[in-house]
Amino acid sequence: MQQPNAQPMADGVLRETASQTAGPYVHIGLALDIAGLPPREQEIWNRLAGDQAEGERIEVIGRVIDGNGDTVRDALLEAWQADASGEYQPRFDSDAPFNSFGRTAATVENDGEWQFLTIKPGAVTLGNGRQMAPHINLTVFARGINIHLNTRLYFEDESEANAGCPVFNAIESPTRRQTLLARRESDSGDGVERYRFDIRLQGEGETVFFDF
Amino acid sequence: MSDIENRRFVPRDRNWHPAPHTPGYKTSVARSPRQALVSLLKPTLSELSGPDFQNLRMGPHDNDLLLNFREDPQHSGLPIGERIMMHGRVIDQFGKPIPHTLVEMWQANAGGRYRHKKDQYLAPLDPGFGGVGRCLTDEQGWYRFRTIRPGPYPWPNDINSWRPAHIHVSVMGPSISTRLITQMYFEGDPLIPLCPIVQTLRDPEAVATMVGRLDMAHSRTMDCLTYRFDLVVRGELQTWFENQG
Repeated sequence: MQQPNAQPMADGVLRETASQTAGPYVHIGLALDIAGLPPREQEIWNRLAGDQAEGERIEVIGRVIDGNGDTVRDALLEAWQADASGEYQPRFDSDAPFNSFGRTAATVENDGEWQFLTIKPGAVTLGNGRQMAPHINLTVFARGINIHLNTRLYFEDESEANAGCPVFNAIESPTRRQTLLARRESDSGDGVERYRFDIRLQGEGETVFFDF
Repeated sequence: MSDIENRRFVPRDRNWHPAPHTPGYKTSVARSPRQALVSLLKPTLSELSGPDFQNLRMGPHDNDLLLNFREDPQHSGLPIGERIMMHGRVIDQFGKPIPHTLVEMWQANAGGRYRHKKDQYLAPLDPGFGGVGRCLTDEQGWYRFRTIRPGPYPWPNDINSWRPAHIHVSVMGPSISTRLITQMYFEGDPLIPLCPIVQTLRDPEAVATMVGRLDMAHSRTMDCLTYRFDLVVRGELQTWFENQG
């Protein structure tokens, strides 16, 4: 009989399928508009919050920067965050005022500056009663990245909450914790607060990436 | 609080997956972290939850690349190339099927050309082929696409580097902890062992997890061949324990 491609690691336990880079044309599959393809009935994109969403509307922008200091212009990012009350909304629904999940891309056209339109997440309360500071989980895929990179965006204007966050403080180096802080920029004019979060893949100021 | 917080997934074996810094694949050199990953010994609700796409409205041909793109609806016919089905199951490391999870794929056409603004390879575009598909797995974790077999293509790495024929595959699984993007290669392709991206993996058995197998049993007489490609995502451990401080 033909063997399936799954590989055993121990009795009854299979190996995870191995990761590969998303490559230079990831947008064809996960960001059709960027690739120049017509949209399908519904797409998963960078507007997590519609006009009716509760909470403080924010714009999050940033770049992905490589080890030479150059801007990456072919990355795809995914965001996963709680709503304004600190609850995740797992059921993706294009008609809902808020979705916890979204995607964005750094491209030549936007000069490598990706963007999410969302609301500021509330603090997530853990089972033990502790609270995590408001944060957005971000995942980075791109050519040259063999297995996606997981990070978290925190907000610089939540320093008290950040100081009490168990995950933020699980990072041993206080210097490195600073790499997870989104910096508030002047608001974009329509009352939407803008935060900048640059992700440095390598070298000076290298962003903290997590294994979980 | 929620049961989700008591979830535990089998830890990712990062010696099985490709390392971030793999100099044979040149782009990885400047795009790989130098610092160690920070391990979350207690992953939180944020990592243990993830999106569910059962309400994502899909078109009738979203998983059928033979029909889901026409550059010119009047004149473009079926795409040129080897008609294939690609199917398989999404299971976890314990063999448990993962139902209703999003599987997405993208690929080049039969000549190795992507319908992407940035692809300038001289092989032509196919007016009947876009190269993108998506579907949800069914109750038993099965997914299925109909497409044409992609061609290999050259890329600027070594002087004469060619990608094996491959289909990019993205799967979500039950949480963002199981999120995975990989590539399916085709059984028997002699370019597989030559490829610097494949060579980012150290273990030949890890490479085998990315090889779709010819599946004659599910091939359609006088119509198309079928390849079987199972996706294994991290196993969810059954836990007894309660929250501990």
